[in-house]
Amino acid sequence: MTSIDLSALAGGALIGLSVALLLLLNGRIAGISGLVAGLGTDRGERRRVDAAFVAGLLIGPPAFAWLSGAWPEMRIVASLPVLVVAGLLVGFGTRLGSGCTSGHGVAGLARLSPRSLVAVLTFLSAGMATVAAARAFGGAW
Amino acid sequence: MIGLRRLLAGLAAGVIFGVGLSVSGMLDPVRVRGFLDVTGAWDPSLMFVLGGAVAVSALGYRLSRRLPRPVLADAFQIPTNRRIDAALVGGSAVFGIGWGLSGFCPGPAVAALSTGRLPVAVFVAAMLVGMAAHRFATAPGSRAAAGPTR
Repeated sequence: MTSIDLSALAGGALIGLSVALLLLLNGRIAGISGLVAGLGTDRGERRRVDAAFVAGLLIGPPAFAWLSGAWPEMRIVASLPVLVVAGLLVGFGTRLGSGCTSGHGVAGLARLSPRSLVAVLTFLSAGMATVAAARAFGGAW
Repeated sequence: MIGLRRLLAGLAAGVIFGVGLSVSGMLDPVRVRGFLDVTGAWDPSLMFVLGGAVAVSALGYRLSRRLPRPVLADAFQIPTNRRIDAALVGGSAVFGIGWGLSGFCPGPAVAALSTGRLPVAVFVAAMLVGMAAHRFATAPGSRAAAGPTR
């Protein structure tokens, strides 16, 4: 294993710890698309707890920068119009499909949900096909 | 003051999630697209993110099955829908296309807002519009909600 693989594994374990804590303490599934959408639809304490999680999520990268001395690498090559289209698709698709990489990918697979397995295989295949298509059409994105 | 403790638990879980994303490399759209680039220069390293995350959260899930209720709440809120339907598959496919185009999924995009980069804000704003569009399309009384698929 390379150091990149190790940091991927360690980062993944932290994500898993977060999902486990939110479940064991608050009884909630840490699906980010659901939590973010809930900020617009939920009311009362549920909304406040969701907002606290999202606030914590935002603190994550600066906390990492403070602890490690460098911001996490983030290379964005997509143009703004592509990012707009992609954002619309990600927002609509995650609500229609009831989850994203965290809710279906991490929490769903962890509890062996067949529904989540289908979702994960579908969005992985669609993502891979999209990148392959972009590559076939000259690598422009 | 159990409400405050729930709030702090949510905040702490969020911070751990955000630090985990930062450590893992998931905040870098080029890495993510490299992971999806199976016909090109495939970078499988992000598989370790999913592996580590699923392994640890599976332990948490097994532990939760032994508890009568969460430590700070009245009941576990676990999805009960078991149906594999067109919405699940279609929605996941639409999400996957957007993920492949940008290299961003919701967690990393929201976490990366705090880096102050404009493209991230543009992506997240569009994502919120997409979520709102779904909400209005399926709101009671709308055509989509009254359609024959329901």
